[in-house]
Amino acid sequence: MSTQRFPLPDVGEGLTEAEIVEWKVAVGDTVAVNDVIVEIETAKSLVELPSPFAGTVVALLAEEGTTVDVGTPIIEVGSADASASEPAPSGAPASPGDSSGGSTNGEGSGSVLVGYGTGDAAAGSRRRRRRAEEPAAPATAASKPAPAPAPAPAPSSAPERTPGIAKPMMSVPAAVDGAGAASSGTTPAGRIRVLAKPPVRKLAKDLGVDLASVQPTGPGGIVTREDVVARADAAEPRTLATYPDDDQPWLASGSVTNDGRQTRVPVKSVRKRTAEVMVASAFTAPHVTVFRTVDVTRTMKLVEKLKADRDFADVRVTPLLIAAKAALLAIKRHPEINASWDDEAREIVYKHYVNLGIAAATPRGLVVPNVKDAHRHELLPLARALAELTATARAGRTSPADMSDGTFTITNVGVFGIDTGTPILNPGEAGILAFGAIRQQPWVHKGKVKPRWVTQLALSFDHRLVDGELGSRFLSDVARVLEDPAHGLVWG
Amino acid sequence: MNPDASQGAAAEEDLVQLVAPDGRRTDGEQAAAYRDRAAHLGTDELRAMYRDMVLTRRFDDESTALQRQGELGLYPQGRGQEAAQVGSGHALHPQDFVFPSYREHGVLQVRGVDPVDRLRIYRGTEHGGWDPADHNVHLNTLVLGSQTLHATGYALGVQRDGLVGTGDPQRDTAVVTYFGDGASSQGDVNEALVFAAVNNAPVVFFCQNNQWAISEPTSRQTRVPLYKRGEGFGIPGVRVDGNDVLASYAVMAEALERARTGGGPTFVEAYTYRMGAHTTSDDPTRYRERAEEEEWALRDPIDRLAALLRAEDRWDDAWAADVEAQADSLAERLRADLRALEDPASTSMFEHVYATPHSQVEAERAWFEAYEHDTAQDERDSSREAAR
Repeated sequence: MSTQRFPLPDVGEGLTEAEIVEWKVAVGDTVAVNDVIVEIETAKSLVELPSPFAGTVVALLAEEGTTVDVGTPIIEVGSADASASEPAPSGAPASPGDSSGGSTNGEGSGSVLVGYGTGDAAAGSRRRRRRAEEPAAPATAASKPAPAPAPAPAPSSAPERTPGIAKPMMSVPAAVDGAGAASSGTTPAGRIRVLAKPPVRKLAKDLGVDLASVQPTGPGGIVTREDVVARADAAEPRTLATYPDDDQPWLASGSVTNDGRQTRVPVKSVRKRTAEVMVASAFTAPHVTVFRTVDVTRTMKLVEKLKADRDFADVRVTPLLIAAKAALLAIKRHPEINASWDDEAREIVYKHYVNLGIAAATPRGLVVPNVKDAHRHELLPLARALAELTATARAGRTSPADMSDGTFTITNVGVFGIDTGTPILNPGEAGILAFGAIRQQPWVHKGKVKPRWVTQLALSFDHRLVDGELGSRFLSDVARVLEDPAHGLVWG
Repeated sequence: MNPDASQGAAAEEDLVQLVAPDGRRTDGEQAAAYRDRAAHLGTDELRAMYRDMVLTRRFDDESTALQRQGELGLYPQGRGQEAAQVGSGHALHPQDFVFPSYREHGVLQVRGVDPVDRLRIYRGTEHGGWDPADHNVHLNTLVLGSQTLHATGYALGVQRDGLVGTGDPQRDTAVVTYFGDGASSQGDVNEALVFAAVNNAPVVFFCQNNQWAISEPTSRQTRVPLYKRGEGFGIPGVRVDGNDVLASYAVMAEALERARTGGGPTFVEAYTYRMGAHTTSDDPTRYRERAEEEEWALRDPIDRLAALLRAEDRWDDAWAADVEAQADSLAERLRADLRALEDPASTSMFEHVYATPHSQVEAERAWFEAYEHDTAQDERDSSREAAR
């Protein structure tokens, strides 16, 4: 039986990678040409890939949830027909530990099982590396003599195993995600291939048990009938974690732990990007946050006036709009804050435009689209731009371009009733303004305590390029405009 | 206010339709003239159209799959537009000349352009794929709308060659250019309309309004129905149901006849729907509703012609099965032959610069061949060294 591998194609003109979202086939399935085998997510879209081969799925070479480089083989299909149109790409002779010698290893070739084969960890990583090399340099692989079976580092393992049963090669999926991907920089080599006899596989399928999740107890890491039944029983309390009528989208695509008390959800897409940029920002830019409490009664009056203004009839006038304008005016007075630290070039990049970011909570997670060239907008077009940006974000249609090249950000924590916070900078920016809730509070006004509309402003800045003086002056100016919007006339 | 809604209502009103979505022939007054133009089409002709539409759809599906398998860099789907393309293509005479955009797989099918050749450009092996003179079809044009100028210029040449209005049906020639609702906003298209109108060029502007210019709806392209776009230039326009193969044929036949007899250009708007993505790089779920796609699925042009054939007792199961078999073998051939495509010799770039031999090009070619020979020699030497 010959096998063929399908390298991840570039499905969208110049993409370099894609995430494996969902396999539509499993090892052992029969596929025909153009049967959908997998759904992938690229930077542009969700795409279903059709199989270029007909045959039996021998191996899935990439885990769901992992990001794979274009050109990396993702599936191996065994063709019953030896005269298949494309030969297997690698000319390397099948070597011990290589899974492509399908006929001898059969379905059991390779295995990744929880807690198994610690003694074989070295072999596992070697195999992983070799696979990653294959597409790039098959000649190298072929020219080297096939490595002899690794001398078993742990005395307990290899010798007692029969040749027909492959050794467990890798550790748990989590380790593949972490160590494997991190060390090689490319894709982790393998979808887990579990050892189990066909009737046991069928039982697992009937019971809806994912074989990869079963703790095997059979000899050589084989999953037994009892193991599958035990897993199915353990899976019973799954429903404990969620209730049918609960709307808990954050649990989607997660798996419930055996005791039913926790759900583990793979970190993907917006969540993953948010985590990455926040870590990058928090641990590269030294953050300093300054605060200012401010009487915004006049701003509130202005908002009321504008709401009644015919020109503003079709837009939403909010205090945030005035705050955005105030920030733009303050940037005009202190353009040094509208800048970026270029660590690689050892340069500070001052921007002569303001792309004003607004942090928006959306069903897909936190996104920060920005109003391009916001410094050019008068109040009315600025209001329109803000409305459009938030509408697009809520509809989940914010494009990468909408979010790129921001120069300054406002986060409106006030909408959640929060007074203030210490926001983390959007990477590549030197300032972020948190706009707190506006409440009526006792306030000394013209020598008397009066109920006034009061809010808190917080400004976090990157102390590498913004000093305390600049940050403080900037925030004071924002506050002064909000205190008395007439300053807009003076500075506009 | 929803501009789409008002346009939709106008669309129904002005639409030339000969076959309703359920396969029955329409009997309205306004389409009577066009009905006559399609009246002579018998079972053989209708079946030939059906076959071309089915083969075009299969070509489309297979090409999309091949792109997803990494065999094509890009592919623009034509699903849903088969009737507009095949119907209008069947109205052409052999001497007519076609300037397509990049989605006219149905027209290329009718004109006999080899399916593998059609994909060369999308696989990146060649910029063209076929000799335009072989089928009187110019190459796919990916620059938006520029083919309308090429067509207009070509039509002016046809006019100057005296191939218009002679009364000889073997001689009189029309030129057709295909483009879309998105391209209608291009400057090139408007310039072409100006030149075609003032010179009375024998050219048909066949605009397939598939409702979406990538992610922009037609309402963002025009404030008046597209078929009225020609009026200001002095070009008569007609809007045809582009999912009705007979109407597309009849409207095109009229426009071609006008061109060939010296009546000048016509603007045809084929009102249709792009059922697939703009290209394989596009994801339409990001900008349009599933309900809209489902509504148009009910107007599938192939289903409509099948319904007509059945209603008029022109359907035959054995024949239909044979068409399916032909589609299967087309798909199989595409899969095999596309992968086997080889890059053209790099010296072929010198071949079509001038129509006649040119000394400077010949000198450049000789230099390039010598250069290629030398570098190949160097590579052999260095690899031999490496082996040592």
